Amino acid sequence: MTPIEDTEVYKASVRDNMMRWQGNLRLHGSADWVIVVVETSDAKKKNKTNILPRSSLVDKIRNDFCNKQNDRCVVLSDPLKNSSRSQESWSAFLLKLRTLLLMSFTQNLGRFEEDMRTLREKRNQPGWSFCDYFMVQEELAFVFEMLQQFEDALLQYDELDALFTQYVLNFGAGDGANWLGSFCSPVKSWTGLLLRRPIDMEKRDGIQRGQASLLELRSYLFCRQCTLLIFLQRPWEVTQRALELLHNCVQELCLLEVSMLEGALDCWVFLSCLEVLHRIEGCCDQAQLEANVSHTVGLWAYATDKLKSLGYMCGLVSERGPLSLELNRTVDLLAGLGDEKAETVHSLQSPYKKLKEALSSVEAFERHYLELSHAAVEMYTAIGRMRSARLVGKSLAEFYMRKGDPEQAESFLQNALGSYVSEGWSLPVTHTRKQMAECQKLLGKTENYLQTSALLAGDANLTNEERIHFCQEILTFADQSTDSKAQKVALSMSYFAQLKQLQFRPATATVHSGTALQVELCLRSLMPVAVPLEQLAASVHFNLEQGETNGKTRGPQRRPYPGTVLFPLGNSSAMPPSAAVPSLELEEIQDRSPSDPRTLNSTGMVCKNTHLVMRRRDSSPSPDTPNLVSPVPVVMEDGAKMLMSGDVTLLPGNNSIVFSVPSQELGTYTLRQLCATVGQVQFVLPHISPLVQYEVYSQEPQLTVEPLTDQLLAGLPQRAKVRLQTGHYTVKKGDALQLTNIDSIPILTSSSCPATIFNSTAERVDESVLFIQSSDKVTSISLPPTPPYHTLEFQLEVLCVIPSDPVRPENQRLTNGEIHHRPRSYSHPDNHMTAINQRMSVDCPWSIYSTPISLTFYIPFKAKHSLLSAGNRKYIQVCLQNVSDVNFHLMDQRLTEKHHESSLELQSLNTKAHQLVCSKQSVYCVWDVRWKENMPVCLQCVFSASFSSASEEVSAFKPYHYEFQLERVTTLYSVRAEIMPAAGQQNCHSGSLCGLEMSITRLAEPDDDEEDDGGTEEKGQTETEEVCSTKLMYEVAGSSWVVYGRSSGLVSMPADANANHRVQVELMPLFAGHLPFPDIKVFKYLPPSANSASQPDTDSCVENGMLSLIDRPLDDQGDTASFCSQGSVHSVGSGEQQSRVLPMPRLEPFSPGQVFNHSQGCQVLVLPSTDDCVLEINAT
Amino acid sequence: MHQVRLQIKGSDEARYSYSIDVQISAVLQYWSKPKNYPLFIRSVPVQNELKFHYTVHTSLDVVEEKISAVGKAMADQRELYLGLLYPTEDYKVYGYVTNSKVKFVIVVDSSNTSLRDNEIRSMFRKLHNSFTDVMCNPFYNPGDTIQSKAFDSIVSAMMVQAS
Repeated sequence: MTPIEDTEVYKASVRDNMMRWQGNLRLHGSADWVIVVVETSDAKKKNKTNILPRSSLVDKIRNDFCNKQNDRCVVLSDPLKNSSRSQESWSAFLLKLRTLLLMSFTQNLGRFEEDMRTLREKRNQPGWSFCDYFMVQEELAFVFEMLQQFEDALLQYDELDALFTQYVLNFGAGDGANWLGSFCSPVKSWTGLLLRRPIDMEKRDGIQRGQASLLELRSYLFCRQCTLLIFLQRPWEVTQRALELLHNCVQELCLLEVSMLEGALDCWVFLSCLEVLHRIEGCCDQAQLEANVSHTVGLWAYATDKLKSLGYMCGLVSERGPLSLELNRTVDLLAGLGDEKAETVHSLQSPYKKLKEALSSVEAFERHYLELSHAAVEMYTAIGRMRSARLVGKSLAEFYMRKGDPEQAESFLQNALGSYVSEGWSLPVTHTRKQMAECQKLLGKTENYLQTSALLAGDANLTNEERIHFCQEILTFADQSTDSKAQKVALSMSYFAQLKQLQFRPATATVHSGTALQVELCLRSLMPVAVPLEQLAASVHFNLEQGETNGKTRGPQRRPYPGTVLFPLGNSSAMPPSAAVPSLELEEIQDRSPSDPRTLNSTGMVCKNTHLVMRRRDSSPSPDTPNLVSPVPVVMEDGAKMLMSGDVTLLPGNNSIVFSVPSQELGTYTLRQLCATVGQVQFVLPHISPLVQYEVYSQEPQLTVEPLTDQLLAGLPQRAKVRLQTGHYTVKKGDALQLTNIDSIPILTSSSCPATIFNSTAERVDESVLFIQSSDKVTSISLPPTPPYHTLEFQLEVLCVIPSDPVRPENQRLTNGEIHHRPRSYSHPDNHMTAINQRMSVDCPWSIYSTPISLTFYIPFKAKHSLLSAGNRKYIQVCLQNVSDVNFHLMDQRLTEKHHESSLELQSLNTKAHQLVCSKQSVYCVWDVRWKENMPVCLQCVFSASFSSASEEVSAFKPYHYEFQLERVTTLYSVRAEIMPAAGQQNCHSGSLCGLEMSITRLAEPDDDEEDDGGTEEKGQTETEEVCSTKLMYEVAGSSWVVYGRSSGLVSMPADANANHRVQVELMPLFAGHLPFPDIKVFKYLPPSANSASQPDTDSCVENGMLSLIDRPLDDQGDTASFCSQGSVHSVGSGEQQSRVLPMPRLEPFSPGQVFNHSQGCQVLVLPSTDDCVLEINAT
Repeated sequence: MHQVRLQIKGSDEARYSYSIDVQISAVLQYWSKPKNYPLFIRSVPVQNELKFHYTVHTSLDVVEEKISAVGKAMADQRELYLGLLYPTEDYKVYGYVTNSKVKFVIVVDSSNTSLRDNEIRSMFRKLHNSFTDVMCNPFYNPGDTIQSKAFDSIVSAMMVQAS
């Protein structure tokens, strides 16, 4: 700083000075300079007058020094004045200064880095030392640090770190550098990290001298990194790096094979962990710490781990305290720690003090170790790393076990075990369980210990020796204290053996009382050795409910399973819990669009049992799983029935045990539990699932009679099978069945018949002979002695007599309009055979009530009769139809009149006496009826024949009777018709009229039987009114004829014989050809008065009489068409009701034999009409 | 549970041969239940198997932590590879989670430096592919321990390669 008065002064002295200064600078190789010219306004004023502007001071200086670098000269005007000009110049100055400074630094650092890089490139040359290079690069880091460029500083250290690491790795790969030898020297000091000082000069000196150990170098490096990271506000990176560092160091020491006192590294790691944690705690507040537990917890756990191994090493964990060897080791370790550093001498909680204290005594160690462990567990729990927490807990448990404090250990072990079990990690499970067993043994928790032992004995992960050991533990316990009355220890069976299969014999698992039932169990023993069981018992729950159906008979029921129950295989003790997870039931769904079923909207899978699969499983495991941490109390149900099997030896693997089941009481038995007793130990299977049941039932004796063939035919001897199921009843000698005889169904008594006895499984047991005694009222069948629940079968021959009266067709309408139900016979649905139900009653020895038995017989024949007439002559035809499926021989057909009237003679026109009637075929028989005197009004005939089954060898003919009645046999009128072509024509022509001449002739005298149903009273009236004439009505109708004019009319027939009446009707044929004559029907015409007189009710008689009088004119008009229609309405049932409303004349048809039509079946030739062009041909 | 072990030796050039422990395990989180049971565990060498099991089991903590941390942000485009779960003194534990929450864990001995992140990543990818093949087997019941020979051989090949 030189005050310059004016330009002259400058030129005189200052310039030279500056030249010298510049020379000096150049001499030192520095290019960083700046010249500041301070101008004051005073000077300016002064110079204003005489100085030319071109030669100001600034310009001169610029000219002299800053020819090339114009920016090296800065003007500061009036620096002490508060003017805008001054401020402007200041800021310009500062800006320039900063730029120049930066430029300078960049330049210098660049040069430095260049040098450094050159040095690094030489690293493969011999004689290169990492320590020297370290110092160089650290210098750069220091510069950055001083410049507050922490990021860059950190980068330098990281580079150093990486370089060193790479060397160590190369060394491990066999590429060792010489300088690394110094780091391989034995480590003498393990003071741990020191993070309190920003720069640990001691260690730095060591590095500078090339005497630092690996640990010291690492410690120093990390210390620097830590400092910078904390400057950078990244404390959590410190913890992460610390953990990495510690792990790395351990690896590197191992890699470099640095010899170190055993435990020294542990000390170093422990101290370092705590130091880092302290450092972090020092720079963060509590809330921050808590929020970042996940970053620190690793260090805590690591420290805990290391302290633990130190403790084990120094004998601080055992119950007896450290041995002398271990004490020596402790002393050596403590010696390696050196003195406490000055920074922490006064703090109470320094890592150094902690370690020293922990190693000093057993109690102190325990205190510190527990403190650390609990802290680690709590932190892990807090951040939800439960598995890690449990692992720490487990090592805590190991510690407690070593200390001889199993109580504390147990809960930790349980927690860990539970976690492994629930997640199915078999190896950890086995390991933890082994520790658990030890713990429980120490605790004297016998039951739990035995349980765990059982699990371990069946654990496939263990060696056979271990398994046998645990098995022996159980057996030893079981053998001791047998005499004491102590409660037996109940353990879960699933640890010990698995129920694989259960089989019933017989397979139905349903027996009647008193029968032997066997249950075979298949038990798979998980034990490594044979285990003698004192007893194997299955408790049975007895339920009367189903057995109480004594009243009703019930046969053996079919169960859904055929006697064998397979139990789902639980895996060995440490199985994956997938066994407990129900398998998914998946189903495909397709969503089709409603408009077009061919297009698919979507398709997918649906899990049908989500409620099972998705169920939360973290709750306590089900009691059946063998992986229980704590045993669930297994209780054997008291008071239940037991199935026992003593002295069974369970061999490893599958064993088969057979129980025989008592079956005295009726009911349903459910197998509930299984219990194996080994001395004092009981293994209990608390639930047997799926449900295993068997039933004991009782059955009432039962008598059934069944036809031997599919249908019984009446009239022939038929066999029926009698089956007697004895049920609980024992048939004794002398017991007999008493059958009440019925006339229609005699039992064909043979004196003895064979009987067969079957047992309940339908095996033939015995055969014997029955004796049948028959009196006129009772047939007695003596039974052979039969044990209960057997079946006695024999055959009876029965015969059902065919009822001779014609069985009327069903649903016949009676006069009262009701449908007539025939209780005893009905038609067979298939072949229309008439069925007869026969009921018998049987008195059985076991019951005071008689047993009704019903048998259905079918009549194999159907008979029909008809009366045929030829003029006056009469014939009777009987049609016998075989409706059964059997062929029959038929002989000796006869027709007799019941009253044996002498005047009557029935002459058979049948030629064959012996005939075969095949199934579904008919035989017709005809008789000529002749009579001498008067024909009886009513003929009561009986058709009889003998038949026998054609298939039978020995034909025993049985009779068949058919009764029928014929009335009004005599022919009263004959009708004769003739068709005449139209006048002048040879033949009839279709479409043209022709005439029908009909003559009705009375053949017999009108007598009583002419109007039989009118009764005598009516006849009298008729005679008085109509004077010995009978009114007949005729009707002409034909499908191929059209009647012109009246088709019907009334004819009054005189009463004398051979009276004739002729009627002419005009007809027109519709077709050509041989046309049958139109039908001519003749009815009896009953006038209304006669009709009303037939009414039995007198009131209605009067009423009808009055009405009929009013009706009379209409009647005289003879509108026969209306009569005809009315007459057709007048059916049998409803006529009387209608006549009450409107009394009408009644038409009554003649019975078939009374009118003989001569021209029935006659034909007339009709020619086609001449002008017909169309010829109609009907081909049929 | 299916366990096969294999001894993998270091390279011949090495002055010292270490045993390199590689443990590969697929841990299935079955559907969304809190179930983490092993589907497949395989490790070399034999002597420390128990420790492996403990390590893998504990690593599930970190896997779950990572899943839940990521799951909130972007469950869809999540990176399956979880990276180094945590280092221990002896092992490095790497994790990988499929979209159906099947977890793969590879444990490598810390001294094994040949396995970098990329190698581990490709190992996981191979493992995932192979696992997918196992799942495609119609006779494989999802949730059962894996007994596929193909899967087994791929794992073996990977472990030999890793040496």
